[in-house]
Amino acid sequence: MKYSYYPGCTLRNKAKALDDYARASAAVLGFELEEIEEWQCCGGVYPLGTDEIATKLSSVRALNAAKEKGQELVTVCSACHHVIKRVNDDMKHVEDIRTRANNYMQLDTPYAGETNVLHYLEVLRDRVGFDKLKEKVVNPLKGKKIGAYYGCLLLRPGKILAFDDPENPVIMEDFIRALGAEPVVYPYRNECCGGYISLKEKELSENLCEKIVDSAAGFGADMLITACPLCMYNLNKKTDGTIPVYYFTELLAEALGVKEEVDDR
Amino acid sequence: MGDFTVDIRKKARSVDMDKCTGCGLCQEKCPSKKAPSEFNRGLNTRSAIYTPFAQAIPNVPVIDRENCIKFKTGRCGLCSKICQAGAIDYEQQDEIVTEKYGAIVVATGFDTIKLDRYDEYAYSQSKDVITSLELERIMNAAGPTQGHLERLSDGKPPKEMVFIQCVGSRCADDRGKSYCSKICCMYTAKHAMLIRDKYPDVNVTVFYIDVRTPGKNFDEFYRRAVEQYGVNYIKGQVGKVIPQPDGRLLVQGVDLLDNKQIKKEADMVVLATAIEPNPDVRKIATMLTASIDTNNFLTEAHAKLRPVESPTAGIFLSGVCQGPKDIPETVAQAGAAAVKAIGLLAKDKLLTNPCTAQSDELLCNGCSACANVCPYGAITYEEKEVNDHGIREVRRIAVVNSALCQGCGACTVACPSGAMDLQGFSNRQIIAEVDAICR
Repeated sequence: MKYSYYPGCTLRNKAKALDDYARASAAVLGFELEEIEEWQCCGGVYPLGTDEIATKLSSVRALNAAKEKGQELVTVCSACHHVIKRVNDDMKHVEDIRTRANNYMQLDTPYAGETNVLHYLEVLRDRVGFDKLKEKVVNPLKGKKIGAYYGCLLLRPGKILAFDDPENPVIMEDFIRALGAEPVVYPYRNECCGGYISLKEKELSENLCEKIVDSAAGFGADMLITACPLCMYNLNKKTDGTIPVYYFTELLAEALGVKEEVDDR
Repeated sequence: MGDFTVDIRKKARSVDMDKCTGCGLCQEKCPSKKAPSEFNRGLNTRSAIYTPFAQAIPNVPVIDRENCIKFKTGRCGLCSKICQAGAIDYEQQDEIVTEKYGAIVVATGFDTIKLDRYDEYAYSQSKDVITSLELERIMNAAGPTQGHLERLSDGKPPKEMVFIQCVGSRCADDRGKSYCSKICCMYTAKHAMLIRDKYPDVNVTVFYIDVRTPGKNFDEFYRRAVEQYGVNYIKGQVGKVIPQPDGRLLVQGVDLLDNKQIKKEADMVVLATAIEPNPDVRKIATMLTASIDTNNFLTEAHAKLRPVESPTAGIFLSGVCQGPKDIPETVAQAGAAAVKAIGLLAKDKLLTNPCTAQSDELLCNGCSACANVCPYGAITYEEKEVNDHGIREVRRIAVVNSALCQGCGACTVACPSGAMDLQGFSNRQIIAEVDAICR
């Protein structure tokens, strides 16, 4: 199975690990991630201004590139996924945005939200299947107690992202189980880490992260996993290494036995 | 009108009603005691042979065949051995009883909504988050904790209780119900007072959107909860209930009057869940050709003047199947429905609106279009000999039951051959009126 792949800028530098492990694991699991040519930054934040169109165009370009190849578009970074999925929903349902974006883009055939956007975890759940994933695990992460940290971008707004139940998600817990580890359910797993507010009001973000980490530790988690480089950044500042935070793809690569291969590159 | 033939399935009880003395020995000795008790909301278990609740009438137990060892494996049969009256009958079969009735009162009641779309209240994550109905059973002397207020997780008595109102009621999005469930404000005030009365050292906080107390002595009741019993009412909704590692619950909400976010530690949280009609009521409505709304409430014939009757003649409504209501209102409506039914059955002749539909047997082609649109089930077909300008033949033609017809006119529009007319408002009469006006 071939998918169009949108890595995103952070995965080119700070979050390179998230990308490398994702690609290596995909190869083991038997699906191909075909990087979109000349993709541009998604902007990192979904633009809420209804009259603003320019900031949505990079997403539309990526979506249209996948459409032209007749492929589904896979993302792995929570922020990119959030932005692209929401822009796709706009293109599908908001006539004004669709018309203006298409007028600007001058495509041969206008784009109207035809591409299906999948997060890497959704590919694992809906295309590969967690049962199949479990079969491919060569190095089960036995005895590890892992807390899934969803953050907000993957889950909300629930109807548009349609990723999982925003109040009681299970996809990452199922993923952890498939890797042979034990998921730790804690109530702050779907709370916000503060996102970009950490640049302006450090303390606010630190308070939020403290609650998340304390709650996870209180319920017995040895480590946290996330799909978001920004969550990783904020959480890491707070944990001081007491509870390590990993990208979910790193543990995936480890369980599939390709982590060292990636690390040695 | 009326004239219902009803097939009633009388389920096999596996106990002979005439022989059983209701001594209860079989329930005591039954070795299969793992089935969740429906009456106690699954908070404890019951035996496979059981009476639904202590005051059930008739006081004759029933065998739940899915949980009975005798029915599952063929062994056991203990209840049959110990029953001194010899009332146990494993061979009993379901029976279909056919009866004729002149009127039907629908009283299918309600259920509380499932909380799977309200996970922010942590109902599925913590045993100490319960519904009001579960609290009702916990506070009951015959309930799962013998009436002691205790946390279901560790059996400890709570010190801080938080009630959350309007869970799923008055909900703007499609997760819940748009309507007010009407009974929650009063039972929450009752629960709060009960707890403060029995356990004065327990603090009780209630989060509410509005306190709605329209009813005789209702507002006084609520004021008593606040002023006399010291129940802490906070106007505002709860965003999240957060289970803490130490087992307590952190309730995160807002105080709208103070315009402040609040966080409150609690030992137990009680949710006033919205009520909804039993989902199976849709099947009954179809069976009775009774009209039903998008919330699955059966519709009354007129919101103000005919509130206990369905638009379909001979069908009467009582209780929450028609809309949320409390006990006194339900009793009043049930009484009214019974009287209406008696009024119908006591008459030799019925008075109806004369503007009913009538089909012209020479024009009708028996296509069934009218019967398909009739909301009252008033149209049937019969094979009838007609004399069409000297041609005598048997045709299938529509016949309107003028007692059932309400004169809505749907059939007159649906009829492709123009055979259906409302008496007094026939197509020709209306055209003549229009001509007269336009002259």
